Amino acid sequence: MKTIYLAIHKYIESVGRAGVFLFQSLFRLPVRWDEAIRLYLKQIYSVGVLSLIIIMVSGAFIGMVLALQGYSILTSYGSESAVGQLLALTLLRELGPVVTGLLFAGRAGSALTAEIGLMKTTEQLSSYEMMGIDPLRRVIAPRLLAGVTCMPILAIIFSAVGIWAGMLVSVQWLGVDEGSFWSSMQQSVYFDTDIMNGVIKSLVFAIAVVWIAVYQGYVCQPTSEGIGRATTRTVVLGSLAILGLDFLLTAAMFGDF
Amino acid sequence: MEVYVDVKNLSFHRGDRAIYEDITLQIPKGKITAVMGPSGVGKTTLLRLIGGQVEASSGSITVAGLDVAQASRKELFEARRKMGMLFQSGALFSDMSVYENVALPLQEHTDFDEAMIRDIVLMKLQSVGLRGAAYLMPAELSGGMARRAALARAIALDPDLVMYDEPFAGQDPISKGVLVELIKRLNRAANITSVLVSHDVEESLSIADHVCLLSAGRVILAGTPDEVRQSSDPRVVQFLQGQADGPVGFHYPAPNYEAQLLEA
Repeated sequence: MKTIYLAIHKYIESVGRAGVFLFQSLFRLPVRWDEAIRLYLKQIYSVGVLSLIIIMVSGAFIGMVLALQGYSILTSYGSESAVGQLLALTLLRELGPVVTGLLFAGRAGSALTAEIGLMKTTEQLSSYEMMGIDPLRRVIAPRLLAGVTCMPILAIIFSAVGIWAGMLVSVQWLGVDEGSFWSSMQQSVYFDTDIMNGVIKSLVFAIAVVWIAVYQGYVCQPTSEGIGRATTRTVVLGSLAILGLDFLLTAAMFGDF
Repeated sequence: MEVYVDVKNLSFHRGDRAIYEDITLQIPKGKITAVMGPSGVGKTTLLRLIGGQVEASSGSITVAGLDVAQASRKELFEARRKMGMLFQSGALFSDMSVYENVALPLQEHTDFDEAMIRDIVLMKLQSVGLRGAAYLMPAELSGGMARRAALARAIALDPDLVMYDEPFAGQDPISKGVLVELIKRLNRAANITSVLVSHDVEESLSIADHVCLLSAGRVILAGTPDEVRQSSDPRVVQFLQGQADGPVGFHYPAPNYEAQLLEA
């Protein structure tokens, strides 16, 4: 009983700490804006641009698989032209944000945790503090903001590439009529319910994943084992957070029957 | 003697283990103070306590009149601009070149223009013999060079207090000699207060004006290097001569050796 109590206590405490950590990182304004923007753009590159390849390749494969699977079922009802609708809605509403989030947690989240953890282990974070420079402002904030900026964009790229690759498979290979492929999509996809809800989802996932990643790096045990554990925790907690939040968000957005 | 750092009745615990138990020591202004003691006695922790990075369980630390434990975040960050710390590993920022590392505190804390900062950085690098390495990345430096570059960064803002964490550990004899000279020269030329944490007996005694010997969480001796050399305290003698047997336990606390070997 006591151990359960202690575990809950510890959990609530760490959630509180993580909350304070997030607040402090975001609400300490930079002293030199040009430097802050330079750091932010540098992180956009390492968090976003470097994730592009994996996002685009995965998007293409998922779009192609969806087209194949969708076609094989829809063709038995004679409605294979609806494959465009199927592709667009699944990618924009669900797979775009969710798979991008999962890939992002594995590719960028783990890298963020390891990088910050190693900075802690090599006393670089202490060094910033002793220099009178706030590491939350200098190290954490640009990474947080860059991650939150990049993920919705990556999710949109993922969906766009997926739709394009699905089009190649269904139109060029399986012979679906191109006109009806696009028109079925045009008729059923709405900007605010489908596209915007997907963007909102990926924004929420981004905040969760990047927050977990930088926090785990910041509080990790400063040993090689500690960094390994923190990195694993980022990927596991980040992925679970995405899947759990996805259920909640989907229920809120599309559960109104 | 003017006191720069005043540590009073300080206790510090890590978990259940007491690192310091009610220690009191003074670091005189403008002098080189060596804090010595065996590994694991918490010498680095003392520097972190002075810098306000960790909080003491009880007691007070006053740095240039500011009570570090009571200070607000802002006051603390302000005070740290007047402190330079040389970390044991150097702790250079690995994503910046040596030049950018040394320039960073100047860019953050002064209004100097780029040309001025460039001159200061080159001067600081010249004083540690690394002007030619200005555009190398930390990963390209040897351990000794990294520590010298870190020293250039620590003194970039011309601090009043410089703390050295094991500056001689793992240095070859030449770098060691260079560092000893550097620390001495910096201290004399700029009237800096220096605190040196080390267990290198010869180097430390040769440059220190004032020595504090720590053992088992207490100050066992505070005085001049000569007083330390002439001390008859068996703990001091043991430390200076590097003997395994003596009042300072070499072994980590353990159950009876014979009994443990005979355990089934």
